[in-house]
Amino acid sequence: MKNEEPSPESFLPLPPATLHILIALAEKDLHGYAIMSEVAESTNGELKLSPGTLYRSIQRMLEQGLIIEPRQRPAPENDDERRRYYRITPFGMEVARAEMRRLTQLVKLARISGLVPRRV
Amino acid sequence: MRFYRFLLHLFPVAFRNEYGDEMCWIFQKRLRDASSFPSKLALWIATIWEIFTNAIRVHWDIFRQDIRYTTRTLRRNPGFTLAAILVAALGVGATTAAFSITDHVLIRPLPFADWKRLVKLWENPPGYTRNELSPPNYFDWKRMSKSFETMGTFTYLSTNLTGEGEPERVQGVLASSEVLPMLGVQPFLGRLFTSQDDRAEAPATVVLSYGLWQRRFNGNANALGNKVLLDNEPFEIIGVMPRGFYFPTREDDDFWAPIRFTPGDDFEDRNNHYLQAIAKLKKNVSLEEAKAEMRLIAAQLAQKYPEANERTTANVLLLRDEISRQTRYLLIGLVCASICVLLIACSNLANLLLARAMGRRKELAVRSALGAGRERLIRQLLTESLMLALLGGLLGICLTILAMPLLVRLVPNSLPIAETPTIDLRVMVFALIATAITGIGFGMIPAIKTSRGTDANALNEGSRGGVGGRRERVRSAMIIAEVSASVLLLISAGLLLRALLRIQAVDPGFNYQNVLTMRTWLPIPKYRSTAKRGEFYRRVLSETRALPGVTNAAYITGLPMVMRGGIWSVEITGRIWERSEEHNVSLRYVTPGYFNTLNIPLIEGRDVSDSDTQDSLPVGVVSKSFAEKYFPGQNALGHKFKVAMGERTVVGIVGEVRTRGLEITTEPQVYLPNQQVPDGAIIFYTPKDLVIRASNPLSLMPSIRQIIRNADPDQPISDVQLLSDVVESETAPRGTQLRVIGVFAAIAILLAGIGIHGLLSYAVSQRTQEFGVRIALGAQSSEILKMVLRDGVILAATGIVVGAALAFAAGKTMETLLAGVKPADPMTFLIAIAVALIMTIAGSLLPAKRAVSVDPTTALRTE
Repeated sequence: MKNEEPSPESFLPLPPATLHILIALAEKDLHGYAIMSEVAESTNGELKLSPGTLYRSIQRMLEQGLIIEPRQRPAPENDDERRRYYRITPFGMEVARAEMRRLTQLVKLARISGLVPRRV
Repeated sequence: MRFYRFLLHLFPVAFRNEYGDEMCWIFQKRLRDASSFPSKLALWIATIWEIFTNAIRVHWDIFRQDIRYTTRTLRRNPGFTLAAILVAALGVGATTAAFSITDHVLIRPLPFADWKRLVKLWENPPGYTRNELSPPNYFDWKRMSKSFETMGTFTYLSTNLTGEGEPERVQGVLASSEVLPMLGVQPFLGRLFTSQDDRAEAPATVVLSYGLWQRRFNGNANALGNKVLLDNEPFEIIGVMPRGFYFPTREDDDFWAPIRFTPGDDFEDRNNHYLQAIAKLKKNVSLEEAKAEMRLIAAQLAQKYPEANERTTANVLLLRDEISRQTRYLLIGLVCASICVLLIACSNLANLLLARAMGRRKELAVRSALGAGRERLIRQLLTESLMLALLGGLLGICLTILAMPLLVRLVPNSLPIAETPTIDLRVMVFALIATAITGIGFGMIPAIKTSRGTDANALNEGSRGGVGGRRERVRSAMIIAEVSASVLLLISAGLLLRALLRIQAVDPGFNYQNVLTMRTWLPIPKYRSTAKRGEFYRRVLSETRALPGVTNAAYITGLPMVMRGGIWSVEITGRIWERSEEHNVSLRYVTPGYFNTLNIPLIEGRDVSDSDTQDSLPVGVVSKSFAEKYFPGQNALGHKFKVAMGERTVVGIVGEVRTRGLEITTEPQVYLPNQQVPDGAIIFYTPKDLVIRASNPLSLMPSIRQIIRNADPDQPISDVQLLSDVVESETAPRGTQLRVIGVFAAIAILLAGIGIHGLLSYAVSQRTQEFGVRIALGAQSSEILKMVLRDGVILAATGIVVGAALAFAAGKTMETLLAGVKPADPMTFLIAIAVALIMTIAGSLLPAKRAVSVDPTTALRTE
C-alpha cells in the first residue's frame, strides 16, 4: 500500500519503548515475554514494559516495518512452540542507528555545555 | 484469569485476536511469580490501569489511521465528497436554524426568576380573549384572590423625553411597585420602586433601561439622582436596569415609572380597561387552580356589577405563552419542515454512500483478504461517514449563522426576550447530535451491508449485484421516503403561498403607496387645549402641503394596522338593544383631508372640515359597514348616534378600512373631527400620526423635521416609516416562513431527484448484461426504456401518494395559517405532483438513456 519509503529520520525521536524493543531485538529474535525481561534487565529494572504497552508498540512497529514475525523458528531447543517471535528488519536497524546517532549528538552537545559530568 | 480476558475486551477485536493469548500467558506468569497477597494486589491494580491506558492508545492509533485513510480516499473523490458534505450541511443547517429560532421563542426559559410561575391575568368579555383590566376590577382581583404570591399591574406609556439633547419619543411602562421585584432582576444601578413610590403624593421617580441610560447619559453613573423631563414633568432617576432586560416586551423598554391612582381620576370607572396584570403563582398552586379561582371571582364581580362586568370572565395565561397561535404554528411548521429536510438529507447520504460502497466492494474484498477484519472495515467506513457528517455539520452551522438575519423576523415582539437568538451551547449540542445521527444513520447501514457482502465472490469480476434484492428494497424505501417528504414540503409551501397571495390580495381599504407617516405625540398638559393642538396641526399641515410633490397631508389618532384597538361601544339614538348584543366601533379623530390623503373613497356626504368645532354641531363620518349595520336600507346621512360621551350626526360615509390588519375583520369605523375633542378629555385619542402623500415621500424628511421644529422645537418625531412598510409588515412573518419552507421544498425535491437518479443509475449499471442479452435477443429500445422508467415512476408514484396524504393531514393541522385556503386545494396538489413527476422523469432520463444505448457485444464480453 505504501508508495514511498519513509526515511529513518522521520521516525525520530523514538518512543522509549520502541527504542528498547529495537535494542533488545538487535542481538537475536525474541518473543514478547523475553523482550520484556530483556528490557527490564538491561535498564536495571528502570523500564518495565507492561504487556499492553509491549504489544501496542509491537503492533505499531510491525506496521511501520521496523520488525517482522519471521517464518523460521529459532533452534528447536530454544523454541517455545506457543510463543510468537519478532525480528528486527534492516530498516529497523537503520532507524535504531539513526536514533543512536541523534542521542550521541545530544550527549556531545550536553557535554560541551557542561550539563553532563565528564565521566558517565 | 477470566477477569483479565474480560478486561482485554477493551482493546479492538483485531488487537485482541492477535495478541490476547500472548498477553494472557504473560499475565499468568507474572501472577504466578507474585507470591504474597499484597504483591498480587499491586499487580492487579497496575494491570487494570495499564490495560485502560493502552486500550485508549490503541483505539486512538486506529482512529488516526482511519482518518488518514479517509482523508486520502475522500480527496481522491472530490465530487462525491463535496456532494455528501453539502447534503449533510443542508440537513444539519436547516434543523439547527429551525431549532435555534424555536428554542429561542418557544422553549428557552424567560430571563426572570421563577419564570414558570409568572402569569398574566386577563378579562374575558364576550368576543375578546384577552382584554385589559379596569382598575376597580384589578383591585378586587388582587384583594380576593388567594392563588398568587404577589400581583402587580402596569400600563404602557409613550412620552416625550426632553431636556438636554434632541427631544425624543420614548416607550415605557407605568408599573406598580410589585412588578419589577416579582421578576427577580436586580437593577444595574440604584434601586427599584418600593410601595412608597406608589403613593399618589410621592415625588415622581423613574428607572431607566440600560439602552436609554447609554443613549442619554453616555452610561454615566452620576445620572442617578438627576431629573429627566417626561412630557415636561420632572422625574428623578432612581435606578438603571441591566443590559438585555426587557419588560414587558422588547419594544416598550425605555423606562419604568410608578403607576399612580389619584382619587378623582378616571380609575374608578369599571368600564375603563387599560391595565395589564401580572402575578406569581404560589408554589403549590397550579395554573388550572388559579384559573378556576379567578373565574369564580370574576363571576362574583359580574353579579355585583352587572352593568360593567356581566358575562365577563377571567383568564390566566403563563407569561411564557404570550405569543399568538399563529407564531406558534409558524415555528412548529418550520421545525417539521426542517426535520423533513434532515430526513431526506440522511437517506440521500445513505444512498450516496451505499452506492459508493457497492462500487468499492472489490477494494474492501481485497483489504479483507489481506487480513482486515469485519469490525475493522465497519470501523473505517463509520469513520468516513462520521467525518463527512462532521464536516457537513460544521458547514451547516455556518449556514445557520448566515440564515439567522432572515429567520430573526419570525421572533415575535410580544415576548420579553432578545431579538436575535444566540447560537449557543445547547443549539451547538443539538447540531452535533443531528450530525452524529446523520453520520451513524448513513454510515451504519452501508458499512454493515458492505462488510457482510465482503466474500470471495466480490473478487470475482463477473459477479452481479442482486437485482431487486434486499439491498435494492432498502434503497427503494429510502427513495419513497424522500419523494413523500418532498411532496409534503412542496404542497405545504404551495398552500402557504396561496394563503399569502390571498392575504396580500385583501384590499386594506386605502392606497398605501407613496405615503410617509410619522408620529408627533403632543404632550399634556402643554397641549391640553384642543385649540392649541389644532393650531399645531394646521401649521404643520399647511406648511407640509406647500412642499413640492406633496399631494395632501393629514393627522389621525392612529394609523390603521398600527393602532388596532381604540374600540368604543356605540348607541343609536332612539334605539334600545339587549345588553348581550355587541355594538362596538373603532374610533378615530382626524383632521380634514385624511380620507383624501389615503385615497379612502368618500361614498356619500362630506369629509370633516375646519368648521366642525366645539361650537358647531357634533358630527361624525362613518364607514360603509357602520351605515349598513345600523341604517340598513336607508340613507345614514343625518342620523344620530352616541359614541365617546357625546351624540353625533352622520355627515359622511367612507369606504371600509382594515384597521385591525389584513387577516382579521374590523369593527365598523367612526371618524370624528379633531376639533371636537373636548379640552383635556380622551387624551389617548388626540391625533398624533401624520400621513403625507407625495411623489417622493422619503426625500421630504429633512423639510418636515424643520417644519415641526419651527412649530415646536421641543416636539420629538418618532416612528418615521412608509405606510407601505406598515402594510407589508403585516405579511412579513408569513413571507419569511414561506421563503424558508420554499427553500426547504426546493432542496428536498432536488435531493429526491438526485436520489432517484443515483438509484436508477446503479440499477442500470448492475443490469448492463441483462439489457445486453435482451437487446441481443431483439428487444426494442422503447421496451428497455419503459423498463427503466417504470421503476422510477413506481417509486415516485408511491412516494407521491404517501406525501400527498401526509400533506393533507399537515394542512388540516395548520388550517389556521391558511387564511381560508382549503387543505385539499386541488391546484396546489396538482402542481406539486406535477413537479415531483417531472423531477422523477428528469432523474430517470440519464440512466434510461444509458440502458438503451447498451452495446450487446461489449456487455456480454464482460461476462
